[in-house]
Amino acid sequence: MNVQDIRRQFPILDQEVNGKPLVYLDSSATSQKPIQVIETMEKYYKEINSNVHRGVHTLGTRATDAYEGAREKVRKFINAKSTQEVIFTRGTTTALNTVAASYAQAFLNAGDEIVITYMEHHSNIIPWQQVAKRTGALLKYIPLQEDGTISLDDVRATVTANTRVVSVMQVSNVLGVINPVKEIAKIAHENGAIMVVDGAQSAPHMKIDVQDLDCDFLAFSGHKMCAPTGIGVLYGKKHLLEKMEPIEFGGEMIDFVHLQESTWKELPWKFEAGTPIIAGAIGLGAAIDFLNEIGLENIAEHEHKLAAYALDKMSSVPGMTIYGPLDAAKRAGLVTFNISDVHPHDVATVLDAEGIAVRAGHHCAQPLMKWLKASATARASFYLYNTEDDIDKLVEGLVKTKEYFSDVF
Amino acid sequence: MSSNNLDNLYRRVIMDHYKNPRNRGILEDGSHTINMNNPTCGDRIQLTFKVEDGVVIDARFEGEGCSISMSSASMMTQAIKGKKVEEAIKLSKIFSDIMQGKDYDDDIDLGDIEALQGVAKFPARIKCATLAWKAMEKGLTEEEQQ
Repeated sequence: MNVQDIRRQFPILDQEVNGKPLVYLDSSATSQKPIQVIETMEKYYKEINSNVHRGVHTLGTRATDAYEGAREKVRKFINAKSTQEVIFTRGTTTALNTVAASYAQAFLNAGDEIVITYMEHHSNIIPWQQVAKRTGALLKYIPLQEDGTISLDDVRATVTANTRVVSVMQVSNVLGVINPVKEIAKIAHENGAIMVVDGAQSAPHMKIDVQDLDCDFLAFSGHKMCAPTGIGVLYGKKHLLEKMEPIEFGGEMIDFVHLQESTWKELPWKFEAGTPIIAGAIGLGAAIDFLNEIGLENIAEHEHKLAAYALDKMSSVPGMTIYGPLDAAKRAGLVTFNISDVHPHDVATVLDAEGIAVRAGHHCAQPLMKWLKASATARASFYLYNTEDDIDKLVEGLVKTKEYFSDVF
Repeated sequence: MSSNNLDNLYRRVIMDHYKNPRNRGILEDGSHTINMNNPTCGDRIQLTFKVEDGVVIDARFEGEGCSISMSSASMMTQAIKGKKVEEAIKLSKIFSDIMQGKDYDDDIDLGDIEALQGVAKFPARIKCATLAWKAMEKGLTEEEQQ
């Protein structure tokens, strides 16, 4: 894969920020969008914009075909059995909330257990807290190893016959670790629980096969994988989705509406009330085409190399603390760090003056921050358009940051 | 490094307050306590103060955060000590105006706070600077209403 060719397809990267060429190292927050995706959406609005599933007119049919065509692209992308198992949502957060509200809330009782891990993003914690509060279920956390990884022994010790839901992120947005979700799903199923996978940080970067993972639900967002904001996916096994009630009601999702009662459309539409995110879904379809052309395997390999390079270079900066495993083989393409006593906000501001965009803060993972004994950290995350040169600039910037604050400490 | 810009933000007096915070700690006796945090970044402050006869006679802060939030807290406590409650609240409003780049009453002697003016040019950092001031304004307004 030719990174320079790829970079040319991301016009946003070709600009100066604060007088320096932009080095975008915040793709875990949101990725940039290739021209192919931007043009597909532009074409949709210029040529076929229309509401879906209702018009008899030609544009309505074209829009419906494009929207449902995008669903088929998503189905193939994750190897779901049927498009009935692919629900378009606003993003990962909405997808996880849907599982919590529509499945867990309805089927869990007092004494049941929900199991998550210490490294989860707030969007895979709070919905379960709410379910626990409302049903009397117990929310349990799988602890982490010293290096931030999960041991299957700890999973076995935490998941019991009372566990009904296990929900785990496939890749951590802070530690960068890749969790063994397939093995965790097996343990969940042995105990009669369902397995939910938060794929927000994995879907953009590695091949996901829901049948191979045997997960019951998978949630991910478009905007982290070259698609626009506002579109995401909830995959669910058909037999589970069928017994779940919708959580939003209105147009588009109904079969018959009577005065006191209504009936729902079949899957997946019963979960898509209102005019759907048509342009977003079509943009996601274009992003999937783009990623497939390059190959998820190639992207994963590229990011893996970048992570190994970054870990090596960054470790050589004095005063550097790197969170998560130092073994690149256990990691995806992001590195979370702190440097000496410089607060990560100050690090991010000095890097920004160098044109380098990194994330600073608690990364929506306060329980994990507590575990790491850090109130905040900085994070550099990589995607298919990043290069070793970007990492060299980051390391230079970090050395400068340290020098800049050396008078203070 | 384009340090011109950065030097406007990280002024020497700011770094001095960061390294040697004034009024750091907790007031135990008869004081008002306000906890505030910035949920987007994890900065947090605990402000305690004591008011007698409508005058702030002491103020201390504890917390964690970046150089801007902690130095701003240090300067704020320094600035309000000895001030009447309404003067301190007025100062908070002036500070908010400075952060938004608005014109303010320049007859007022801002002392060290003047060094924080550069923050207005770094929109992402304004919330860092205003955290302690918001805590103070909330606490003193509550005090006034009692």
